[in-house]
Amino acid sequence: MSMKELFAPMKEPMIFGAGISILVGAIAIVVGLTYFKKWGWLYKNWLTTVDHKKIGVMYIFVALIMLFRGGIDALLMRAQTAIPENGLLNAEHYNEIFTTHGLIMIIFMAMPFIIGLMNIVIPLQIGARDVAFPRLNALSFWLFAAGAGLLNISFIIGGSPNAGWSSYFPLAGIEFSPNVGNNYYAWSLQISGLGTLMTGINFITTIVKMRAPGMTLMKMPMFTWSALITNIIITFAFPVLTVALALMTLDRQFGTKFFAMQDGGMDMLWANLFWVWGHPEVYIVILPAFGIFSEVISTFSRKNLFGYTSMVFSMIAISLLSFMVWVHHFYTMGHGVMVNGIFSITTMLIAVPTGVKIFNWLLTMRHGKITFTTPMLYALAFIPIFTIGGVTGVMLAMASADYQYHNTLFLVAHFHYVLIPGTVFGVLAGYHFWWPKIFGFRLNEKLGKSAFWCIVVGFNVAFFPLFILGLDGYARRMYTYSADTGYGPLSMVSFIGALVLAVGFALLCYNIYYSFRHSPRELTGDPWDARSLEWATQSPVPEYNFAIVPHINQLDEFWYAKKEGRDITAGQYERIHMPNNSGAPMWMAGVLFLFSFFFVFSVWSLVIVFGIATLGFMAYRSFEKDEGHHIEVAEIEATERRLRGEL
Amino acid sequence: MKKKVLIMPAVMAFLTFILSGCQPLMVFDAKGPNAKTLSNTIIFSIIVMAVILLVVYVLLINMLAKYRASKQPADYEPPHEEGSKALEITWTAIPIIIVTVLAIVTVFTTSKVENQQTGYGDKKPLVIYASSSDWKWHFSYPEQGIETVNYLNIPTDRPIEFRLYSFGPITSFWIPQLAGQKYAMSDMVTKIHLAADEEGSYMGRNSNFNGKGFAKMEFETQAMSQDDFDQWAKDVKAHEPKLTEAKFNKLLKTSFVGRESFSSTHLSFSPAPMDMSEHSDSKSKKDDSHDSHDMKGMHMSH
Repeated sequence: MSMKELFAPMKEPMIFGAGISILVGAIAIVVGLTYFKKWGWLYKNWLTTVDHKKIGVMYIFVALIMLFRGGIDALLMRAQTAIPENGLLNAEHYNEIFTTHGLIMIIFMAMPFIIGLMNIVIPLQIGARDVAFPRLNALSFWLFAAGAGLLNISFIIGGSPNAGWSSYFPLAGIEFSPNVGNNYYAWSLQISGLGTLMTGINFITTIVKMRAPGMTLMKMPMFTWSALITNIIITFAFPVLTVALALMTLDRQFGTKFFAMQDGGMDMLWANLFWVWGHPEVYIVILPAFGIFSEVISTFSRKNLFGYTSMVFSMIAISLLSFMVWVHHFYTMGHGVMVNGIFSITTMLIAVPTGVKIFNWLLTMRHGKITFTTPMLYALAFIPIFTIGGVTGVMLAMASADYQYHNTLFLVAHFHYVLIPGTVFGVLAGYHFWWPKIFGFRLNEKLGKSAFWCIVVGFNVAFFPLFILGLDGYARRMYTYSADTGYGPLSMVSFIGALVLAVGFALLCYNIYYSFRHSPRELTGDPWDARSLEWATQSPVPEYNFAIVPHINQLDEFWYAKKEGRDITAGQYERIHMPNNSGAPMWMAGVLFLFSFFFVFSVWSLVIVFGIATLGFMAYRSFEKDEGHHIEVAEIEATERRLRGEL
Repeated sequence: MKKKVLIMPAVMAFLTFILSGCQPLMVFDAKGPNAKTLSNTIIFSIIVMAVILLVVYVLLINMLAKYRASKQPADYEPPHEEGSKALEITWTAIPIIIVTVLAIVTVFTTSKVENQQTGYGDKKPLVIYASSSDWKWHFSYPEQGIETVNYLNIPTDRPIEFRLYSFGPITSFWIPQLAGQKYAMSDMVTKIHLAADEEGSYMGRNSNFNGKGFAKMEFETQAMSQDDFDQWAKDVKAHEPKLTEAKFNKLLKTSFVGRESFSSTHLSFSPAPMDMSEHSDSKSKKDDSHDSHDMKGMHMSH
């Protein structure tokens, strides 16, 4: 491929502009870091860290950047369709944008935001010092970052994927998508997916093996439960994606015919493999949000969670059902009444455990004492809006009716009504809720609430019209439509909603800056008067998490200890063993990034070089002697006193 | 302040009503038995769902109004509540009953729309092959021996059986006012049964994304009386050119074309995949073209 072809996307003025602004941004960061002599600090404290809290923060940092990338894609789409026959984007550009919007929002925004919160909170909630495999955890993060980077450079170098986030064959095959866009798709998902799989194994081990003494499974906080179940789903679902992507690569780059139209290939096989992973994926991003809402609603109602046991079992039921419903993504493939009937029933059954959860949350508030903090507002808005998403989901589950909703904006409205109040409100609630735990100061409530109202109102204005447009026959993924379809006015309403939504997210980010400048230092470690174990330690949390690991007698031990005036973290300090930092995960992910990048362009010599380098890193690791280090009692004492504000 | 969230959908619905000028939405404006079945199913499910929403909203408003901190004495301490067996069984059992009802409705209506539409006496269904290629639709009428591109004429008051397949990426054949959609794929034939009860022009399109020309992949469906239809078919047969293999292959490679009509079909030289019906000559003809289809491993039945 010549240089000219390589940078062909840059011929588009909009992409050229974006490319230039990325370049300018990168130069500004490099110059800034050099000027303030922060390279060493950045490398020592962040890039090489194995601390689960810092890794969590980095996950969320990247997730927020991706939220803006995906959000700009969304704004462009709504702007393009706001008026009939609009010429803002051409078909090819629009196709790339809706493809990357979907990929980025699910794989590189929702997932890392959730995994970031799990990283920060889970070890604290179970009273552990870190995750089970801290070095592996760093590798997970860097693989995710490498995948995100790979997808994001695609639109400057070589061209973005443009066959939809589900990339159905034969459209995504080499015959109909000859450019490298879908190679980028395969490799960016492949390496970030490997990272996710490692996260799954890491967190299952952490939760199963590293809970504080006395914390039996049924005394775990609900977010920890949701994380355990989610990571089990990850561990079962992601290998399917790995295999599907490998077959995709073989088909596209080595001439095999797994999904081809001729020679015994089967395009429907891709659709099946994709959704066998893709449907559980939906629950991977929604169950942890359910966990967060459980924590938030219980905390701000000042009451224990109603129906703890049924909450746990409903999540287990959802996780099992999540693997039995994938066919509902293509009822229209002509399976006939029997198959469609069975999958309709399994799909609708998910509404039962989900309904149990909704009612349990409502009843948690009964007899409570509800305060309307920012995290609580997100949790409260979640219930009515998500229920709309849920009931339209049941409507879509009915195979016959789905023949009319499938591939329309009705479907688009449905899954945004599930994913935004579910996942996005969930992570935003968690983000506001746990922020003071990590940074030692609260986000400004007034700005937080303004952002909340923009997001809630903007979201409904942007997406409710899509239900109606869908029922009026508006197919999704159309880059434009003619004026006599009558889709114009409601599409304009939707665009206006999207703008309000964008203002909300801008306020959300401004709040970080504002609170950093003006918010008072939080010294109690428990600013919300909350219930679970993470609030028992200092804010910001010291490297070792708990100076004394508490003994757990019941659910919400910390809450009841507060009521009874007991201090569960009292005791004699002992020196603490902690893992060492390592640059290896970042460098290894960097090498894998280059391996994948050259694989995308089939530059085999460099693929072999970086492939061997990757194996070299693994060999190095297996011979490396790393015993970790100890934090001495004097240092623990000093840290504890400093965080309490005594020094 | 929570109420703002709750009235949002109502406001939006009202807005829609104003903006859409009271025209019924396409899916509810059914012009045939298949689409009518689906429209009724959808309306039924919307009513059930509205009741569920109402229950949740009333409960939520009730909780927020009654148990907000500003309504409680400062020293009020919420009690510990473990849960309630009776309540939890209730809100498990009632949804199961609702799901059961919806499941029965689903199976019956799916079966109804998947089979030949009834109520038209013993009229034999008219078979039309609808195949897609980037980015157009080909309609072959084997009974009449004619073929059209990008427009579809059908007789009213007669069951029609569409046989769908694709010469490229997966597409989805959809005429919202007549029937729900179904995929057209390269390695199997899928079917749609429908009938039109009213004469008129209906929008038909591919609803499954298939690349650059997707947005424009629309066709007009004209439902006309049997006599008009016969007359039209006769005209096409008499006056339009034959569709030769060379011409068809050229057509397949052309991205965008207008309406075209031919006095023969492509089925004779390029039969539908795995089609064993009387319209296909695949058994008699030696098929060595590049898009021959391996029968082994194709077990997606319908």
